[in-house]
Amino acid sequence: MDYLLHILILIGIYVILSTSLNLIAGYTGLLSIAHAAFYGVGAYVAALMALKLHSPFLVNIICAVFLSGLLGAAVGIPSLRIHDDYFVIATFAFQVITFSILNNWVSFTGGPMGLPGIPQPSIFGLEISSHLAFLVLVGIFCALTLWITQRIVQSPFGRVLKAIREDEVFAQTAGKNVAAYKVLVFVIGAGMASVAGVIYAYYISFIDPTSFTVMESIFIISIVIIGGAGSLWGPVVGAVVLVTLPEILRFVGMPSAIAANVRQILYGGLLVAFMMWRPRGFLGEYAFHSGEARE
Amino acid sequence: MSTEALVVNGLVKNFDGIRALVDFSCSLQQGEILGLIGPNGAGKTTLFNVVSGFIPPEGGKVTLKGKDVTGNAPYRIANRGLSRTFQNLRLIRQISVLDNVLLSFREQSGERLWNLFFRWRRSRDQEAANREEAMALLEETGLASKAGDPAEDLSYGQQKLLSLVCCLAAKSNVLLLDEPVAGIAPEMIDKMLGIIRELPSKGKSVMLIEHNLDAVMQVCDRVVFMDAGAKVSEGTPEEVRNDPKVIEAYLD
Repeated sequence: MDYLLHILILIGIYVILSTSLNLIAGYTGLLSIAHAAFYGVGAYVAALMALKLHSPFLVNIICAVFLSGLLGAAVGIPSLRIHDDYFVIATFAFQVITFSILNNWVSFTGGPMGLPGIPQPSIFGLEISSHLAFLVLVGIFCALTLWITQRIVQSPFGRVLKAIREDEVFAQTAGKNVAAYKVLVFVIGAGMASVAGVIYAYYISFIDPTSFTVMESIFIISIVIIGGAGSLWGPVVGAVVLVTLPEILRFVGMPSAIAANVRQILYGGLLVAFMMWRPRGFLGEYAFHSGEARE
Repeated sequence: MSTEALVVNGLVKNFDGIRALVDFSCSLQQGEILGLIGPNGAGKTTLFNVVSGFIPPEGGKVTLKGKDVTGNAPYRIANRGLSRTFQNLRLIRQISVLDNVLLSFREQSGERLWNLFFRWRRSRDQEAANREEAMALLEETGLASKAGDPAEDLSYGQQKLLSLVCCLAAKSNVLLLDEPVAGIAPEMIDKMLGIIRELPSKGKSVMLIEHNLDAVMQVCDRVVFMDAGAKVSEGTPEEVRNDPKVIEAYLD
């Protein structure tokens, strides 16, 4: 039973991660490779605050979102004003730098040994310790993320995002401050990703830098693409499929040493297959660019 | 108050040694339809790109309704009351015809994140009002039955019409139209010209680029002929057509 709940909690965490990336990449068309970095910032902020300051869960989550958003602005403002290509490179650089800091600043982040013993959270005196309680917690934040995303994408604001994705020049002609929209959406996405990090840190109670690598960013991108970029429920479907898939391998009876490698091959193969035969993913309305729609 | 909607003064722009604009000046009066004609490569579209802020000029000044807007970002110029269309047609093809029009409304409450969450009702009401206005515009131009279709499903002529409707939705009073009737069916041309002719009575000033001289003669109050980035001739359509310099340039 706990095993099933564990899978559901993981799915929930990835729903938050991929929904927030969908806002950036799927709706606005900005490819960010830094999503795992913001996820990591959230996890480390929560872990460090919980361990060193003993501050409560809700305070930590607010601090994590704030710091993550601030870092998002720091990466986005200089790079998004120039050209989308610089943005991809800037997010990649940020991802690599973040990992290096987490991995090398041993006295503060614990380095490769990570941060063990993160205490269980309590919200308004309610102890969150069982798997079921964590599932409820994740579910609430998933619902919140999806609600905010829906509010955004089904509004005039969301219409501008889609216009930016399809034709920036037209969006500018229509009087939209394209750069400001891009930065804003990137900051929101970064903040949401850190929420997933906070929940992850509390749930696993031990974090180390290997959870927040470039590979993890690419995994989140895969969820968005396979589920369907630019649709609200696409990333949810993607998260369910990609999180459960390796678990099925386990049931097939594959030794775990091999399964880990097969997992990577599977993700890679799936991604290639989807790009070739179904670039819109399961539910998407937006095919990741073949370059033709842009100048 | 001046009656000039748009003034460009001494604009200079070079592209890798090609002189696209050479000390180009002209003005657009309030409520006027000004035609901009000239051979290919005369710098007409470059002029539009400079005026709308997409290309910064190397020299000169653009004044929109009395305000210097030289070198401003395109979205700022757009929000100061200038709309333009593109020669190679720009629309958001994947979203509906109606959404294209809705996108073009300026300063929408629902385009601000804060309002979306804390003044949701107001944003929703404004959106509903815009929707009604957009439908009325589509009704007027005969595109209403296509409102829900993706813009890419429209015919070429209808897409040109839609981009004009987008300019109207923006409520700008200065419109730059880049070849509004080029390549579309004759009955569509009449429709388009009919709409353009009515614009001054709605308080709008229009500058249009067009190779179809008949169309230019029909709707324009005044015509500027440009060649090699400079103004060659200016006057009523008749005057310009009979100007020996214009005839010479076209014969070249």
